[in-house]
Amino acid sequence: MSGSRPVQSRIQGWVWIAALVAAIAMPWVFYNYHTGRHSGFVVSMLSQMGMMTILALSYNMLLGQAGLFSLCHATFFGIGGYATIHFLTLAGDGSLPLPLELFPLLAGLSGLGLAIVFGYMATKQRATAFAMITLGIGELMTTAALMFHHFFGGEGGVNSNRMIGHSLLGFKYGAAIQVYYLIVGWTVISALAMLYLTRTPLGRMANASRDNFERVQFMGYDPRMVRFLQFALSGFFAGIGGGLYAITYEIVTFDALAAPLSANALLMAYIGGTSAFGGPILGAVLITLLQSGVSLMSNSWLVYVGALFISMVIFAPNGIMGLIAAHDPIVRGGRFGRLIVPYAKVLVPGIVMVLGFIGLVELASFLTIGAAQGKTLVLFGTRIDDHAPLPWLSAGLCLVGGGLWFGREARSFRRVWQGLMAELQPKRSLA
Amino acid sequence: MEIVLVSLLNGLVYGMLLFMLASGLTLIFSMMGVLNFAHASIYMIGAYLAFTISQFTGFFPALIIAPILCGLLGAGIEIWGLRRAHVNGHIAELLFTFGLVFIIGRSVQMVWGMLPMAYRVPPLLDFPLFTFYGEHFPAYRGFMLLVSAGMLAATWLLLKKTRVGMIIQASLSHPQMASALGHNVPMVFTLVFAGGCMLAGLAGVIGGNYQTTEPGMADAMGPIVFVVVVFGGLGSLMGCFIASILMGIIQTFAVVINASLLDVVKPLGVTLSGDNLFTEFMTVPVARIGALLPFVLMILILLFRPRGLMGTRDT
Repeated sequence: MSGSRPVQSRIQGWVWIAALVAAIAMPWVFYNYHTGRHSGFVVSMLSQMGMMTILALSYNMLLGQAGLFSLCHATFFGIGGYATIHFLTLAGDGSLPLPLELFPLLAGLSGLGLAIVFGYMATKQRATAFAMITLGIGELMTTAALMFHHFFGGEGGVNSNRMIGHSLLGFKYGAAIQVYYLIVGWTVISALAMLYLTRTPLGRMANASRDNFERVQFMGYDPRMVRFLQFALSGFFAGIGGGLYAITYEIVTFDALAAPLSANALLMAYIGGTSAFGGPILGAVLITLLQSGVSLMSNSWLVYVGALFISMVIFAPNGIMGLIAAHDPIVRGGRFGRLIVPYAKVLVPGIVMVLGFIGLVELASFLTIGAAQGKTLVLFGTRIDDHAPLPWLSAGLCLVGGGLWFGREARSFRRVWQGLMAELQPKRSLA
Repeated sequence: MEIVLVSLLNGLVYGMLLFMLASGLTLIFSMMGVLNFAHASIYMIGAYLAFTISQFTGFFPALIIAPILCGLLGAGIEIWGLRRAHVNGHIAELLFTFGLVFIIGRSVQMVWGMLPMAYRVPPLLDFPLFTFYGEHFPAYRGFMLLVSAGMLAATWLLLKKTRVGMIIQASLSHPQMASALGHNVPMVFTLVFAGGCMLAGLAGVIGGNYQTTEPGMADAMGPIVFVVVVFGGLGSLMGCFIASILMGIIQTFAVVINASLLDVVKPLGVTLSGDNLFTEFMTVPVARIGALLPFVLMILILLFRPRGLMGTRDT
């Protein structure tokens, strides 16, 4: 065991470096060399991914590392955003001589300040009561944001200008691509800082108080203090994300601190995987892709995300990263080849089932929402009549038939899996 | 004076509606330890189902059928979803019901569309019951009071006076012991979950045409119901009842009070000048911050009395 760990972490190191290189290179892949311009859609999507990565990682400091189910995480993201807008306005007037690169730090400090106040209240409790207090805080802040116009600007939000003419690196930050690289920089810094935090005594105690808070007390630690510090720090990082949001869009409305964004943070962290540090990053990238890609094609993308989320909760509580990690002993034992055929066998009915589900959802949504928007369902160039029985029947058949078939294949897959695990078991105990 | 009485009566109607939702939630929460985030979504489904059914059969059959359908839906959710999520721990259960909110919310939009439904008060009950300082009190609100009071009495009788109720109470306080005595506790859980969803569905049927039947109604109602449950305390229907009425009255009263914090401190000789966040905070009328009050109350009670008003144990 101990011998294989450095190899594993070296592989992980390379994966992160590859991800970073991809993040830097991606805008140039979609660069239009004819017009000499970046693809606005791609750059804004990548920027969104960066901010969401920070948000999801900071959320995982609570959910994954400390076992705290928070429902007000967007509050700190939003407050970072609002504060940054006000700081930018101050800087524009010349009364805040600070380079733009450091504004996210100010935003983080604003998030930290608010997280200290709210964290003092919320972390008195844990588990469900904690979730309820944070729900209350989130609703409170959303309602307050619509009520107090001086700071939050009501429904219209507040706006400012990011070109304050003051920069460490000499950029003007007029172009979106420059802001994107600022986001990449801050995302890397925040991710490394959060990774470092997981290795400090605080990070370890957060894990311990998640698993068994009574034992933590016996050992002389105050689990409440651990929760409080973890909450405050996660508010700090969420604030940084909010600051980047404000710099990117130059406008912040109450959407930036409302419940849907908190829910998004949860979805990203959970779907990616809360038990691995990289899980939320994967989740943020995936959900942002879904959000910007699927939401263009379908009215009901939230149904898909919800269905994905629920099946993850039931079948894969450790998220995508957990699923990948589960293969680790099999790959190391050199038995992965024996899983390929069973995987293929599961994949075919799985696809049929998912297609049937998508078909039903789309038919239903085109019947109501699509009709209200005056859209019609077109598949492979042919218009599909959503009132005719045939598409409904075939989609339903795909779902039910595929589901039954999938269930059967999944059972035989589980047998193969358990067989492999049993084969590997004695080897692992010897090592 | 008449404002006080009218608000009191309206608060009572709203509070009883809240109680019908919250009682189911509190039963589920105290028994299974699962805070069902999707409870208000079931309420919404109840309203939509009642609208569709009432188009075929009229309002009164819908009053019976829609809650039963909601109860069946609840039983399905418990058996096929919650039990599986339960294996992965408490947080997984919370997350599961949280995911349901998305699915139900969007599914309702897919089936019924984004626009509000024309779900109206049945003509039989569409007349002013009595006139009150020149203001009509609709008969439908009286009917709502009647239904919710009847429901309250029925639930109380079921829990306190029947054998089923005794087993439910036993599973509520000592699940292991009840199980050891040979009672099928998982089935009791399913029953309670289905019963809670039935109550939510009933609340939807009578609340859907009191408020509006539209896709946002679950999000509007959900947080308030949680506040009621937490405020009232775990395992106590009485606390839940008091909290519901209190919240109903607070919400209806807040709308008519036009005072602000400044009016409170004015007699002390405090005056404010300028136009900044602080003066805005001091001069905002209660009518506008009415929506904030329930959450402030909830946070306060969780901080200082975590077991709620009449709860038997900590949340």
